[in-house]
Amino acid sequence: MIKLMHKKPELLPGTLDMLILKTLARVPLHGYGIALSIKRHSSDVLTVEEGSLYPALQRLLVHGWVKAEWKMTETNRRARFYTLTAAGRKQLGTELSQFEEMIAAIGRVLSDANEEV
Amino acid sequence: MNIIARFVRRVRIFFRRERFVRELDEEMAFHREQTEKELMAEGMTPKGAHYAAMRQFGNATKLKEQSHDVVAFHVETVGQDLRFAMRQGAKNPGLALTAVLILAMGMGVSVAIFGFVDAALLQPLPYADPNRLVSVNESNIESEQWPLSYPDYLDWKQMNRSLSSLEVYRQAGYLLRTHGVVEPVQAARVSGGFFRTLGVRPMLGRDFYPDEDRPGGPNVLLLSYGAWLHHFGARQDIASQTVDLDNAAYTVIGVLPRSFSFGPSSNAEFWVPINSFSPHEKKRNFYSFSGIGRLRDGVAVNTARAELAGIAKQLQQQYAITRPPNLSAASVVSLSEVIVGDVRPILLALMGGAGLLLLIACVNVASLVLVRSESRRREIAVRTSLGASRGRLLRQFATEGLLLAGVGSATGVILASWLMKLLARIVPKDMEANMPFLGGAGLNAHTIAFTMIIAFMAAVLLAAAPVLRLTFQRVSDGLNDGDRGSASQLWQRLGAKMVMVELAVAVVLLADAGLLGQSFYRLLHVRLGFDPSHLATVRVMAPDTAYKNDEQIVGLQREIVRRVSSLPGVESAGLTSMLPARCTCATDDIQVEGRPFQGQHNEVVERHVSPEYLSALKAKLLRGRLFSDTDAAGRPGVAVISETLARKFFPGENPLGHRITNEEGGKPSAWEIVGVAEDVREGPLDAETWPAEYFPIEQTRDHDFSLAVRTRQEADALLPELVRTLRQIDPNLGISDEMTMKEQIESTQTALLHEFSAWLVGGFAAMALILGVFGVYGVIAYSVSQRTREIGIRMALGAERSSIYRFVMREAVRLTGAGLAMGLVCSVGASLLTRSMLFGVEAWDPTTLVCVVVLLGLASLAASFLPARRAASVNPMDALRAE
Repeated sequence: MIKLMHKKPELLPGTLDMLILKTLARVPLHGYGIALSIKRHSSDVLTVEEGSLYPALQRLLVHGWVKAEWKMTETNRRARFYTLTAAGRKQLGTELSQFEEMIAAIGRVLSDANEEV
Repeated sequence: MNIIARFVRRVRIFFRRERFVRELDEEMAFHREQTEKELMAEGMTPKGAHYAAMRQFGNATKLKEQSHDVVAFHVETVGQDLRFAMRQGAKNPGLALTAVLILAMGMGVSVAIFGFVDAALLQPLPYADPNRLVSVNESNIESEQWPLSYPDYLDWKQMNRSLSSLEVYRQAGYLLRTHGVVEPVQAARVSGGFFRTLGVRPMLGRDFYPDEDRPGGPNVLLLSYGAWLHHFGARQDIASQTVDLDNAAYTVIGVLPRSFSFGPSSNAEFWVPINSFSPHEKKRNFYSFSGIGRLRDGVAVNTARAELAGIAKQLQQQYAITRPPNLSAASVVSLSEVIVGDVRPILLALMGGAGLLLLIACVNVASLVLVRSESRRREIAVRTSLGASRGRLLRQFATEGLLLAGVGSATGVILASWLMKLLARIVPKDMEANMPFLGGAGLNAHTIAFTMIIAFMAAVLLAAAPVLRLTFQRVSDGLNDGDRGSASQLWQRLGAKMVMVELAVAVVLLADAGLLGQSFYRLLHVRLGFDPSHLATVRVMAPDTAYKNDEQIVGLQREIVRRVSSLPGVESAGLTSMLPARCTCATDDIQVEGRPFQGQHNEVVERHVSPEYLSALKAKLLRGRLFSDTDAAGRPGVAVISETLARKFFPGENPLGHRITNEEGGKPSAWEIVGVAEDVREGPLDAETWPAEYFPIEQTRDHDFSLAVRTRQEADALLPELVRTLRQIDPNLGISDEMTMKEQIESTQTALLHEFSAWLVGGFAAMALILGVFGVYGVIAYSVSQRTREIGIRMALGAERSSIYRFVMREAVRLTGAGLAMGLVCSVGASLLTRSMLFGVEAWDPTTLVCVVVLLGLASLAASFLPARRAASVNPMDALRAE
């Protein structure tokens, strides 16, 4: 699902779930809305491919981190809206802290490397 | 908890699959539409936007599948694979059916034989804590197990510290009278604690009381379950009823449980405490009781043996037993050894045979599966290039292997349960009497577990074969069908190896079957020393209450011989204490009068016969005379001895006129040798000929004897008349075992065991032969089909048809030769293991091996001839155009 040698920078492996959860933490959205929101919030740097998005959503559903319901959009179209559940909020917290830890660790490694050179 | 919740959600989705797919569809359609709108807003034409959105979205079906994969169980793809596998099978029913049948046969035979191995060797004996039970006997140099005398038993029991209990038993026969009908029944006399030692409690009534086995104790008995059922209609109120045995009243005190059996006492139906003794049973040197004991906790068999040997030695010195000094040891062996020891080598050999057959069957089916996977190379290649992942393909093949193994095993189990019933019926009767648990072989937890294990191994083999095959193959090889790349060479090498294994196994089984068959033949054609055809035999038991003294029993015996001899079609009739070819039992310890006695133990077979007996048997008299009517009771004792006895005790001497001495019926007696007869095979067919002595039956007073009648017509025609005549003489006689001498010999334990194993292994070998030849055919035919073009080119370039034959047959010869050579080496090894079952033939009998090699070689060349002919009749033009 994650293709190497892509023109655009790829999502870090394992971060898609976190991004979706974070997006849904702001407001319930449908699949297209999620993809759009991630793109906008990242200033067009991150694109979520549909090929990854829908399997990821199913995975989150099975884990019980999000729930889905059919609602009407502003344009009066039927769409499936995903909402974060309590378990999902907790999971988001866990993933965020893990992610921050890792970023900090990577940062330390890189800055150390710079000093030594 | 999370795992469970996740599982529940998956299950919910699984049951609403259609809705799931529909919703996913709608959701993705919405996404596409939104993307389209966005693109149009950026200024694209509607059409352009539509296609761009589609492109961006990618393969919708694949996407859906990926989403589905996240939530789906792999069961669903297993279901697909199963359906596909079944369709594959249905498309090629011949192949599927062949594979299933071969597998079922291999499994069925193995499971059936395992059922018997389990019943006999793995299941514990049906007693309490059977590992602590031992069989206890005296022993000497000539015989590992020599029965105990009763006084020795009492002393051993009292003096030893190794056994928590020691009991004895002795087989007996009684005449049972019910409603005026008399029939002989098997019984056992046992010491009082016999059943407590085994840990068996009567299901009805009670066990013996402690004082009931003291001399002068009451006439009480326990019934076996079978006796209770057959003689007394399973009456609940049987306890305290009286039963007439040998004209004496016995009180039934209980019924033994249905599961109870005690092999060494054969099929005893009546169990009586030992509380009355014949005069010689009281003597210290009358050895006829067998012992069983229970080891105390922590005592090893060897410790017990050492202790009892010490006691035996001490007793011998104390009582100055004139018995030879070599009878001083004790034999203590595990009871299970005594009960199943005989059958173990046979069962293990059969299990080995069945295992080999299973191996050959699996190899055969695996090569069938491989050939088929070969012909599906194109299918696989197409599916791979259409995006089927390797894992998905592997799963597909594994499913097919599992399906095949599953169906094969299920069929195999059905076959096995049927085979076990069939085998239980052909198990020799004597063997069954000694090992009643053999009848209990059937489907139980053990056999089912065994089936699962071999089914699993078969499944792994069948799944692994094409998977390995697939792993070595490149997709491009498959698409390019005309190319016979490394893959098919690999298969050919693998297939050839498999066939060599099959042939080698077939050689082993055929050689073994040949050897066993020869043993059986030699056994039945062993020199008997008498003419077994046209001989009718029957066993007679005279109640000793009615025939109390010599005159009465002699009168009865004379009357029987007189009446039977005058029946139409009868040439002559004689009596013997025991018919020939059955057993070396009933032996005597003799000395020659006037020779110094140095404690030697001269054991010979002892038979009591009427004057007409040896001539009725057509045994040849070498010297002197046979008995006559004047050798009657009260007259000087006379004896006829066998050639072997004469050779052993009177080498280079005329034995006539010498006297042999023994203790007959507890009295020192002397017998003048009046004749020497050629050896009559008194013991089992496969045993060495023992020296034998014959005494006149009128001088020995036997109540249990057999009648041998020489007839002019077929012997079996006389049997009913014979029984009628005996009943007319005295309706109170016990009459049993009426059969011809031939039947008598063929039904001996030895003959039946040999016949049983020869037929079974023969059956295995026949199946192995068919499978092996089939395998050769498969490999050669496949190789020819793969090389059609090559053959076409050769012929187009001017190759003769004969050279094509040679070309194909050379490969067949090479394969067969290698397989046979391997098999020969293995079969010598294997038959060394089964040597104990052979009679009169060496394990490396060259005739057998040569016959097997020739038979298998010819059969496998014949099988390769068909594909060779097909190859030679190839039309070069067709062959070249075909690809």
